[in-house]
Amino acid sequence: MFKQKNYLALGAVVFVAIILLSLPTRATSRLKLAVGSWFLPLFGLAGAAQQLPADLADSVLPRRELLRQIDALRRENQQLRSQAVQSIAIARENDQLRALFNRAKQLPWRLKMAYVIGRDPANWWRTVRIDRGSQDGLTNNLPILSAEGFLVGRVSSVNDHDSQVVLVGDPNCRVSALVENSARDMGVLIAGGTLDTSLVELTYLASSANLKPGQSVITSGLGGIFPKGIPIGQIVDSRSVEYGLYTDARVKLNANLGSLEQVWVLFP
Amino acid sequence: MNPFKTILILAFAFLAVFGEATLSAPRHWLGAQIDLLPALMIYAALNAGLPTIALLALFGGIWFDTLSANPLGISILPLAAIGWPVYLRRDLILRDLPFAQFVLGAAASAVAPVLTLLLLLSGGKELLLGWGTLWQWIVMTAVGAVATPFIFSLMDACNRALGYQERIEPGFRLDREIRRSRKKL
Repeated sequence: MFKQKNYLALGAVVFVAIILLSLPTRATSRLKLAVGSWFLPLFGLAGAAQQLPADLADSVLPRRELLRQIDALRRENQQLRSQAVQSIAIARENDQLRALFNRAKQLPWRLKMAYVIGRDPANWWRTVRIDRGSQDGLTNNLPILSAEGFLVGRVSSVNDHDSQVVLVGDPNCRVSALVENSARDMGVLIAGGTLDTSLVELTYLASSANLKPGQSVITSGLGGIFPKGIPIGQIVDSRSVEYGLYTDARVKLNANLGSLEQVWVLFP
Repeated sequence: MNPFKTILILAFAFLAVFGEATLSAPRHWLGAQIDLLPALMIYAALNAGLPTIALLALFGGIWFDTLSANPLGISILPLAAIGWPVYLRRDLILRDLPFAQFVLGAAASAVAPVLTLLLLLSGGKELLLGWGTLWQWIVMTAVGAVATPFIFSLMDACNRALGYQERIEPGFRLDREIRRSRKKL
């Protein structure tokens, strides 16, 4: 009897696990959405708790310091306004040139800020969870940028109020990238090291690629997910692989993936 | 079965999974995220019944996979594979000894990620693996080992503080009293 009870319980657990694993992706994501909503109150609490020290620090900031910050922000605002006027003129010129060559008009990016509320508890994935979901207009594969505007990753699954973002360096986030050198060498950004989140591998570069440390790497616009020109990082070093068939390079990411707090969701 | 103990174990599992998803300090300092579910499974296997072990494997696994990029349900089987053998042999284990808890915690924390990885790789998933994974595995094993005696102490303290105590029968029984009297009864 004892043994039979054991086997029944074990069988039930294995049965449920197999059922869950064999569910179609859509059903699994719905189930994940339902179970994930149990954690939302806790995520909200954690966010509020993280914000509390900053709010307290703000409330005790002396008036002199606040005035100094306002002054600095005013100056920065003036500077940015003059740059905006200049960029409007450049954009107009760009549109005229594109019209001259019969090329489609470049649409401006729309950005929406999101907060990172969680990280993947497993060590073999590199994903984060953000507090924007389908109710904010998010869909799968939208590019994600850091607060400074560097490439971070793409949206991999969307819930109502939160989404999962697969970061650059995860095997499921491959990015077509371009090295900003004279030859404009192109390659594919793949997974990096398991411990160092700041280094990723740029592979399938031409064997004749002229790579030097410090050269910038940006998105190439190929692949249809990431628009062209998003800064990714800098070349650290390169090596010839497969008996000189192609070149691999290590890229140091501009974005600090280990301490992401705020990100931009890019609506192309 | 004490339902309070089951609820307490499940609540701890829920908070542990949430903590693993929000606290990035272990990742910053140790280079790996720790997992407390195997250590909790050891506690459940040594102190609770079969339904609790089954529920912990099911819910713990589902919660973990929900907050992770893992396929839903992949963490259930490793947790069950840890809990069952320990449960079947628990009468032979000196469960109150911290050293025994330490060793079992280490073994469980070492086995759980390996089994999950094997399941993921056999499912054809592409994972972030390398020499660093070995370091992460060592960290997970060591932290799981150290955490297990603490989990035992914490759960026992919570049980004592919040759960109802077992009624202890007094040694004195009225019907067994030897009545001494000069009178004949």
